[in-house]
This record gives sequence, structure tokens and C-alpha cells, in this order.
Amino acid sequence: MQTQMTAPKTVSKTKSKHEASIRRRRLTQNLTLIIPAAIFIILILTAIFAPWLEPLPYDKTDLVARWAPPGTPGHLLGTDALGRDVLSRVIYGARVSLSVSLMVIFITAFVGTALGILSGYLGGNVDSVIMRITDIALSFPGLLLAMLLAVSLGPGFFTVVLALSVLGWAGYTRLVRGASLQIRNSDYVAQARVAGASPWRIMFVHIFPNVVNPLIIIMTMAVGMMILAESGMSYLGIGIPQPTPSWGSMVSDGRNYLDTAYWISLFPGICIALVVLSGNFLGDWLRDKMDPRLRQL
Amino acid sequence: MPEVLLEGRDLVKHYPVTRGFLQHVVGWVRAVDGVSFKVEQGQTLSIVGESGAGKTTIAKAILLLETLTSGSIIFQGKDLYKMSASQIKSEYRPKVQYMQQNPWSSMNPRMRVKDIVGEPLVCNTKLSKTEIYKKVADLLNSVGMGPEGMSKYPHEFSGGQRQRIAVARALALNPNLVVLDEPVSALDVSIRAQIMNLLKDLQAQHNLSYIVIAHNLATVRYMSHTVAIMYLGQIVEFGDTEEMFERPLHPYTRALISASQLTLPEEGVDTTTKQIILTGEMPSPLNPPPGCRFHTRCSEAREICSKEVPVTHIVGKQEVKCHNYD
Amino acid sequence: MSNIVLQVEDLHTSFFTRMGEVKAVDGVSFFVREGETFGIVGESGCGKSVTGLSIMRLLPEPGGKVVGGKIILEGKDLLELSKKVMRAYRGKMVSMILQDPMSSLNPVFPIGDQIAESVRLHQDLPENMVEPEVISSLRLLRIPAPETRLREYPFQLSGGMRQRVVGAIAMSCRPRLLIADEPTTALDATIQAQYIALFEDIQAKTNVAIIFITHDFGVISRICDRVGVMYAGKIVETAPTREIFKAPRHPYTSALIHSVPRLDRKDDRLFSIEGQPPSLLNLPSGCRFSPRCSVSMDICKEQQPPEIKLTDDHSVSCWRVK
Repeated sequence: MQTQMTAPKTVSKTKSKHEASIRRRRLTQNLTLIIPAAIFIILILTAIFAPWLEPLPYDKTDLVARWAPPGTPGHLLGTDALGRDVLSRVIYGARVSLSVSLMVIFITAFVGTALGILSGYLGGNVDSVIMRITDIALSFPGLLLAMLLAVSLGPGFFTVVLALSVLGWAGYTRLVRGASLQIRNSDYVAQARVAGASPWRIMFVHIFPNVVNPLIIIMTMAVGMMILAESGMSYLGIGIPQPTPSWGSMVSDGRNYLDTAYWISLFPGICIALVVLSGNFLGDWLRDKMDPRLRQL
Repeated sequence: MPEVLLEGRDLVKHYPVTRGFLQHVVGWVRAVDGVSFKVEQGQTLSIVGESGAGKTTIAKAILLLETLTSGSIIFQGKDLYKMSASQIKSEYRPKVQYMQQNPWSSMNPRMRVKDIVGEPLVCNTKLSKTEIYKKVADLLNSVGMGPEGMSKYPHEFSGGQRQRIAVARALALNPNLVVLDEPVSALDVSIRAQIMNLLKDLQAQHNLSYIVIAHNLATVRYMSHTVAIMYLGQIVEFGDTEEMFERPLHPYTRALISASQLTLPEEGVDTTTKQIILTGEMPSPLNPPPGCRFHTRCSEAREICSKEVPVTHIVGKQEVKCHNYD
Repeated sequence: MSNIVLQVEDLHTSFFTRMGEVKAVDGVSFFVREGETFGIVGESGCGKSVTGLSIMRLLPEPGGKVVGGKIILEGKDLLELSKKVMRAYRGKMVSMILQDPMSSLNPVFPIGDQIAESVRLHQDLPENMVEPEVISSLRLLRIPAPETRLREYPFQLSGGMRQRVVGAIAMSCRPRLLIADEPTTALDATIQAQYIALFEDIQAKTNVAIIFITHDFGVISRICDRVGVMYAGKIVETAPTREIFKAPRHPYTSALIHSVPRLDRKDDRLFSIEGQPPSLLNLPSGCRFSPRCSVSMDICKEQQPPEIKLTDDHSVSCWRVK
């Protein structure tokens, strides 16, 4: 009996239809990666090279050219109430916002992960104590604490970082503890115990590397959240002090001129939105990439 | 006379069942309820039973992954629960290793094979990395795998290959005993034979002892010297493998053998009458039946079976817990 | 000789993945008669489960597609039916049981409701007749105290009981064909024996045709009348059960049977087949078993062997068989 007599025609038609849909899907997938990634990269480069990129010093006042609209020669994005160039301030603001954000993320992720792994793996009293502290940190009013710190230590870069870090680690602890509990009960950790591995070795070699995946996703999305938080603090006046521009303080500065000199708030506002959106898209892309079930198709 | 390597005496493990906000205890799951066994150097003991019989709990107790409620485990003459933590690490762990059922979850997916197999060496010896990797290559060779796999990750291998890697890892410290928890049930039929042959060869080469947890009787017959049949937390029959399969004593043993047999439709022979089909299911270990725990499903049960717990009788070389032998 | 209920002709099913076309089923033909149990045995990846899913037209989408062949159930080609008609067929004419009873049952509905769902979909009964129908299905599967049991939830039942409930759902509309995909693999040995005896009884009562997909030869020997052995997407041998065990003609069938340890005697050493099954993305040219075959010849590596009918009931695809 001959096989494959009726197969060829139907197979090739289905195959080409399917290949087309694969191509379409790949294109959309790639775009949702490329655009946010590009924005992120531009942001990071801007932050690093800010002093060389800004056309004018960010704190140079020009009382003659106050409230100049965008397009005025020499001021692509206009000037603010003191005649300072908005474009330069937006560029420098990238550096400020990103530095705060990254510093906070690394501190909180480090502390939160360490506590989460200890809590999840060691269990018992260690777990109870750490979880109670975490619960308190999660329920404490963050903004209130930020204001208290700003008042007692005086506003500044490190005050902002401290204010955002002192409670920010708690979210990571929760997440990492859950993942650690699961991994602790896994077969390969049982093998490590039978091999005579010490608890420290198990936590470093087995638990931490397997907790990293969800951690990276959260960290990517936290960039946007931290920038928003810092912007919020600066808007309220308890953040980065003048003349250092931060996107949040720039939005705040322009709030009285929204109908006349809207550009002072608009451009930094757009930047905040772009970065938060890109962070979220990147986080989504990472999560999809790391889900093995979706990889085949 | 080969010496006894490991002995379990009256092992008991009860898990508490708690309820309510204050977690007060409402009952006990009697997973293992008075089990004794022994295994000699160079021999294989299989512990057979269906799910809920308690065999995995025994394996975990031997490996000190679970603590017993009562009973003792004697290894090379020493009671494990009387040993200090450092004694356990230096004198017990290197000699007793573990191979699990599931080749996918028993290896850290983020570690390379050379580190997975080398881990026992890292934890127990002061060898340099190069020396460890050399040993790993030798170990992989002894299980039929070449050194090119060393830098790969577990997911790059098939189930059968992963079980080979698991064997290599189990042998890294030259143990006396390996506890094998259903070592081939997750593998394809044609691969099972490869792994079982490998395990038997290694046993002969290194005079290894195995404790095999299994539910497949044919595998058990092929691999073991002695067999313990478990039902609801207790050993109902124990003894030499061949003797047990040729002349099973306990009704449950007979039912298990019958359930696992090939029944080829012979012409003119009605094979259905020779089958033993048990009624009902294994009762919950929360509430085992009084007297002999098997009496609720036993076709030979009499009045005494529901009233008195049977004692262990010695019949020839075998041990059996059944009122039929009073 | 009873009537043929299902005729599968030259079935081709593929999965279209990022890495290419995976030909899970590549030219499979067999038939099943009324009241007969046809076993499909093979190892993981051979295509046996995909064959079952193809007959039910339940392939995972996107990606899985039947790309050729015919599946003729009581005269109608299932592949030509519209989705609507096929839905009417599923449950009523052809039904399926899967391996894991916990994922086949919805944990938030009582089991009585789940069986009733199938009854309501396929049978035009007045509402007060539905419950008696459910109870009769539970009785068919020998579930004790069905009147009270039907209000219980899946988590209250043991594994063996759940699998019976799954069977009750599958048999509730007395289908002509039942496909059972490894239904006993997750069950204990003694429960498995009960379950198989139960199915023999059901088959005697309802004359249903059964396709039993498994990798366990013990089960095959007990319940199957005829067996198809699959390897890498193709059936390599089809024969009555007795002949598969006593006189296998294909080297793979023979090797497989010899690599399973025997319960009735002590083996000195098990026969083991070298190597592993091929990747379905990268199939060898010629006979798919040739790289592992101990008796392969040159022609085996070049051309795929044709199917040869030794008798009405026994066919083999092997160059060594003439």
C-alpha cells in the first residue's frame, strides 16, 4: 500500500498559510520589543551623556527670555519661568530621575531578596519575624514617611533614595519568599541536602538563581514606578531641590502656567509617561519570553 | 554471611491533621506504622506497595529528609538519631545517596551537568575544580555517557539520559547504599531496560546495596534479592524475591501479582477465573481498619481478622503477617 | 464477524511549530469493529495520543492540524463534518477518556452535574428524566450508592473513583466508539485491574468499540483483542493480541516485548534497544526504526517499507517480511 498519496497538496496549502501567520506574529512581537527597548536605551544614553548633550547649562537663567515658547531660536522646547532652557533641563532630568530610580531598585531588590530567601528557606522563627516586619513595612504610609524624612534630613538626592528604599524592599520580600518556599520543596534541593550541602550553599546555589527570573521582570517594571514616585515627591516639594531639574519638579514648576506656558510641564510629563510605558512593555515582553509554554509557537 | 548494612526497627511516622485557627490536632495520618526491615551489603531490597502505603515516607526517613515519630535506623551498627550533625555529615551522608523518580525535577535547571554531578564532591571533599571535573568525566563514562555533555544543561537531554546523569551523581561519593525511588517508572519502556541493566552492572562492580521503592512487580523481580510488601503503613510480607514470587503467602501479595500479570488469551482456557480482583480501595491511613488492615478487601477474611492484629509468622525463609498462618 | 465501526485511512496529523513541521502522525491506517478493543501501543512521542485526539478533532490549536486522510465512523468521514456537527458527534457517537482524572473533572461542580451536562447536550430528555439517566451511568461504572454520590465533588473521591466518574461521563450517551488514552497509567495495580475488568463488562453490555492507548503490555494483554504498534508516527505492525506476543514479526515489536521484564520468571538480563526514538523534526530517511534495528539492511535506510498484509488481521511494515 502506498502512503502519502493524498497528502502533498493539502499539506503545502496549509503550510504556506501557517508560515504567513507566523511571520505576522513575529513582527508584532518584535515591535513590542524594539520600540520600548529603543526608548530605554535612549534614556540610559541620555542619562550617561547628559552634560555633553545639553545645548545650554541647565541652570543658566536668562531673564530676558522667560516663558519663551518652543521653536524660539536657541530653545527648541522653550524656556521656563526663569528663562532656563527646557530641553537642557529635560536632558539633565533624565540623569537625575534614572539615578534615583536605579539606586533605589538595587537597594530594595538586594535587601528584599536576601530577606525573602532567608525567610522562605529557614522558616520557623526567622520567617515569622521577617514576615511581621514586612507586613508593617507594607502597611506603613510611604508618603508620610517620605515627608517626615524630608523635613528632618532636609531635601536632597540621598533623602529621596532613603525615603523610597526604607519601605520599598517589602514587596520583593513577599514575592521572593513565596518562590523560595516552592524551591525549598523541590526534588533538586532534596538531592542537595542528601549530598551534604549546607543551608548557605543551598540558598546561594539553588534558590537564588531560580528566583532571579520573576525578580528581573519586577525590577524592569519598577524603573517606571520609581521614576513616578520620585516625580511625585519632587512635585510635592520634598524631592530633589532646585536648581537640579527632575522631571517631577519640572512638572510641578509649570503647574501654574498650564494655560500659558504649557511646555514647561508638558515635555517632562511626556518623558515620564514614555519611560513608564516602555518599562511596562519590556517587563511584559520579558515575562512572555520566559514562559516556556509560549515558546513553541 | 554478608553483614547487615542498614536496619530499620519499628519505624513509625504519624502526620498530624490540624484544623481551625489555633491549629489543634484532630487526627493522625498513620503513614508508617511499625515497619522493620534490613538490607545487606551488595544486595537489593525492594519496598513495594500502592500509593498511600507509606513507602516514600520510609525512603525519606532513611535519607533523613523526614524525622520519624518513633523507631530507629541503624547504619553500620550505629543509631542515626544518636549521631551528631557533624557525624551525619561526615559518616552517613557520603555513604547513602538518592536517586529519584522524576528526571525532570531532580536537577537544578540552572546548573550545568558537570556541576550537578560534582556537587556531592564539592560538599564533601577538598578537591580542586579540575580534579572534580575529572572525576565527573569518569563517572559519566561509567554510566555510558561521554564527556561532551558536561557543559550542557539538563533540559538538553532526554529522560533516559538524565536518569543516567542521576546515577552518576548518586555514585560520586562511592556510597555503600543508594535509595532509588521508582527509578524507571517515568521512562519509556525501551529505556527502562537500559537503566535497569546499568544499575545491576554497577551493583556488581561496586558491591552496592540498593533500597528500591517500586510499584511495578516485574521490575522488582528483576532487580531485587529481597522484597517487602507494604499495605497501609505496614509490611505484610517480607522475604527472598524468588521464593515470594513462586509461593506468595499473603493474600494481598497474591492479588498484586495477579493484577500485574500478562494474561494472554490462550485458546480454550478461561483466564478470568484465575485473576484475583480486589473489591473496594485502600482505606485512608487516617482511620485504618481494626485487626488486620487488609481484611476489608480480603477474600479469605474470617472473623478473627477484623478483631485481632496478626503477628509476624515465619514460614520457611519468609515473614508474613496473616491469620492464615496462626 | 461484526461490523466495522471506525475506519482510519492514511491519517496525517502535523504540528506546525517555530522549528518546522512536526509530523506526529504520518500515514496511519487501522479499523475497529463493534464490541472489539483495539490497542495502540508505543512509547512517548510515537503519536498514539495524537491519533486519538485527531479522531476526536480535539487537537490543540494553534499548531495542530490533520493534514490528510480519512476517519470514517459508521460511514461518515469525521474530517468532512462541520464544527457544529462534530460537536454533536462528540460525546454521543464517539467519546474520550484521558489519563489524569483530576484535570478531566471540573473541581467546582458536583459530579452529578458534570455527567448531566453530557446527557443534556446530546439527549432530548425532559428534565425529570435526566437524573435517572445520570444514576444509570454511575451504575454502569459500578459506583456504589449513586443517588448520594452524585452530589459529591471530585476532591471527595479517590483516584480510582474519579476515573470511574470520567468513564461515566464518557459512556453517558452510550457512544459507538470510546477512545481511552492511558486511563489506567495513574492508577494503582489493584485498582487498575478492577477498572479493566469493569470495562470488559461495559463492553459486553453496550457493544461499544474501544480504542485503548497505552504503553503497558500487561494492560494490552488483558483487554485488547487486536493491537497496533506505533513508532515515530507510523504503525509498524497490527495483529491480534496473541500473535503480537507469541509471534511478533516487526523487529521493534519483538525488541519491545523482550525488553519488558517478565513477572512469571526471573530474567538474567533484560534485552535493551540501543539509542532513542528519533526526533519528529528530523526523521531518518527510509525505515524510521532502522538506526536502532539490529537486523536492518541497506534498503531499510533508503526506502520506507510498504505495509504487507500477512493475513486479514495481521499486517507489518518491514523489508524483512515478504
